[in-house]
Amino acid sequence: MRQVTTVTGNAIPLNRADVDTDQIIPKQFLKRIERSGFGEFAFFDWRKDPDFITNDPRYKGAPIMLAQQNFGCGSSREHAVWAIEDMGVTAIIAPSFGDIFRVNCSKVGLVTVELPHEDVNYLISRMEELPQTQIVVDVASQTVSVTGTDWKRQFAIDPFVKHRLLNGLDDIGLTLQHIDVIAEFEATRSTLKPATTAAFADTVKTP
Amino acid sequence: MASTTPQTIIEKIWDEHLVRQHEGEPDLLYIDLHLVHEVTSAQAFESLRMTDRKARRPDLTIATVDHNVPTIDRSLPNPDPLSAQQIDVLRENCKEFGIPLWDIFDLRQGIVHIISPEHGLTQPGMTIVCGDSHTSTHGALGALAFGIGTSEVEHVLATQTLTQSTPKTMSVEVTGTLGRGVTPKDVVLAVIRKIGVDGGIGHVIEYRGQVFRDMSMEGRMTVCNMTIEGGARAGLIAPDETTFAYLKGRDFAPAGAAWDEAVAYWRSLTTDEGATFDTYVELRGEEIEPHVTWGTTPAQSIGISQAVPKPEDAVSPWARETAERSLKYMDLRAGTPIQQVAIDRVFLGSCTNGRIEDLRAAAAIVKGHHVAATVKAMVVPGSGLVKQQAEREGLDAVFKDAGFEWREPGCSMCLGMNPDILLPGERCASTSNRNFEGRQGAGGRTHLVSPEMAAAAAIAGHFVDVRDIK
Ligand code: SF4
Repeated sequence: MRQVTTVTGNAIPLNRADVDTDQIIPKQFLKRIERSGFGEFAFFDWRKDPDFITNDPRYKGAPIMLAQQNFGCGSSREHAVWAIEDMGVTAIIAPSFGDIFRVNCSKVGLVTVELPHEDVNYLISRMEELPQTQIVVDVASQTVSVTGTDWKRQFAIDPFVKHRLLNGLDDIGLTLQHIDVIAEFEATRSTLKPATTAAFADTVKTP
Repeated sequence: MASTTPQTIIEKIWDEHLVRQHEGEPDLLYIDLHLVHEVTSAQAFESLRMTDRKARRPDLTIATVDHNVPTIDRSLPNPDPLSAQQIDVLRENCKEFGIPLWDIFDLRQGIVHIISPEHGLTQPGMTIVCGDSHTSTHGALGALAFGIGTSEVEHVLATQTLTQSTPKTMSVEVTGTLGRGVTPKDVVLAVIRKIGVDGGIGHVIEYRGQVFRDMSMEGRMTVCNMTIEGGARAGLIAPDETTFAYLKGRDFAPAGAAWDEAVAYWRSLTTDEGATFDTYVELRGEEIEPHVTWGTTPAQSIGISQAVPKPEDAVSPWARETAERSLKYMDLRAGTPIQQVAIDRVFLGSCTNGRIEDLRAAAAIVKGHHVAATVKAMVVPGSGLVKQQAEREGLDAVFKDAGFEWREPGCSMCLGMNPDILLPGERCASTSNRNFEGRQGAGGRTHLVSPEMAAAAAIAGHFVDVRDIK
């Protein structure tokens, strides 16, 4: 995954709670087998409203997104993360995130920052008033700050996710370093568990 | 390893699958079963190919097609070339990586969360993942099962493990008994209404109490299925006699001496006396009514005797604003008794309520009646086996005589990736799990209900209280 140390720029103030991944990328775009090009379909239905925030040219290309609690709830579709990434966003700040969405972000290199409600509200209203406000998300020091002010907040981050972000490390590559431990686990594993092998012989034949 | 401190079932399963634990790193968990479908796997296989990696354990992996498949005559070509391509790509990937596939003409094809328990692949104490958030369904049999994204699908394919940070645990206890006409679907809707759509974030839930002990296996699947709608990635129910009776004799269940050995182990999978959870939630079974959602999140529900709530009564400014948006989208007025709300469509199916017991329950309501003239209704069995069993019992005839369409198995109008969608403005009583905006079709309006409530609404043309029938 890509390396992320700091994210600096203005932010899209998406002032909604419980934004589900069906809204971020509707099902009709999940049929694509590619990994890129989802950005133009992000928030497809909401964007039909000309007043929807991502249509506002002042926030175009912003590298940060602000949202309310439970952002990315619902479906596990990683396409939602790819769509937001493809819009040019590298960090999302919200009071909380859907569990699967948050993990998906951590695999791709999208920083999810959890801040208390009042801090998110402050950033949202500031962004709405002054769309050119520059926010800095610094992964190493785990801080969010607003340029030109002394507003600064600390955020928590899983130390391993931080390590991977700062070094751009591929999760699978890291796990494969422990392949011997996995093999040993398999060798001692209970044999009670079913194997799908029995389903195999007659299943790979397709019409 | 036997532990002396009391443990929850969640901690027991976790420990049993711990491959590696290291300070400052998430745990590495072994995955016993990986379920694959066409929509969330293509990019994972492609990435494996690019990095020259193999699928480590195809023998612990199984694939099917469910999201994109048409539910009408399958001898015709798939009407959507993109869906057809996605299905073809899965076929090729399965062939290349050696993964068994229950394909479209296989009797065993169906919604991934229905077919795995149905064949006994899902068993107590297992870790099960799938690139689909409703993987929580498998927790009904006492497995730790959760949805993952495509990067994690790739991780599991390559290593048969996942890195996971330890979850918090939540006890959801429903005491007492359920009233007549109150179903597992109503129980889980009541739970989500209580904890909220984000109440379960970071948690794994154990459902406890008499109501779950009395519940059938398929009912437990309905409950665990919707766990994710309360924000928790996984929810499970400790295995008991109901679980063992359900599993016995299924294709992949152990047999003979291995069966006895397995049952002995499964019996140990309960929460120890004195074990504690991070969060406790309690509901009384007697207080749960048949539920209907009125909004665009699964927590926005009411009892069938109630009226659409007023946003100003909401508990927080947030809930109020969300409620206002939801009412607008749903084209509902606060204060309207939900029974006065007329519907255009009925969808009976999905991984929440597409099993044989669901179809039996709905058919019992439908029998001898006809769908209202203003309503279009369809039944989509969850799998080829469910469909076959229903036809053996003559349920298809009951539905067809009543004016329902009887379809081929798949996800269908649960998310409308295939041609089964709501038109803008159409209002649907649906047995599925998500009433999100546009979920069943752009502009469509979804009300989540039990199969019984959906069947009753189909006949009446509006929501009715199933308890008033017969
Ligand atoms: S039936 Fe619906 S919720 Fe279940 S797997 Fe299919 S699309 Fe997902």
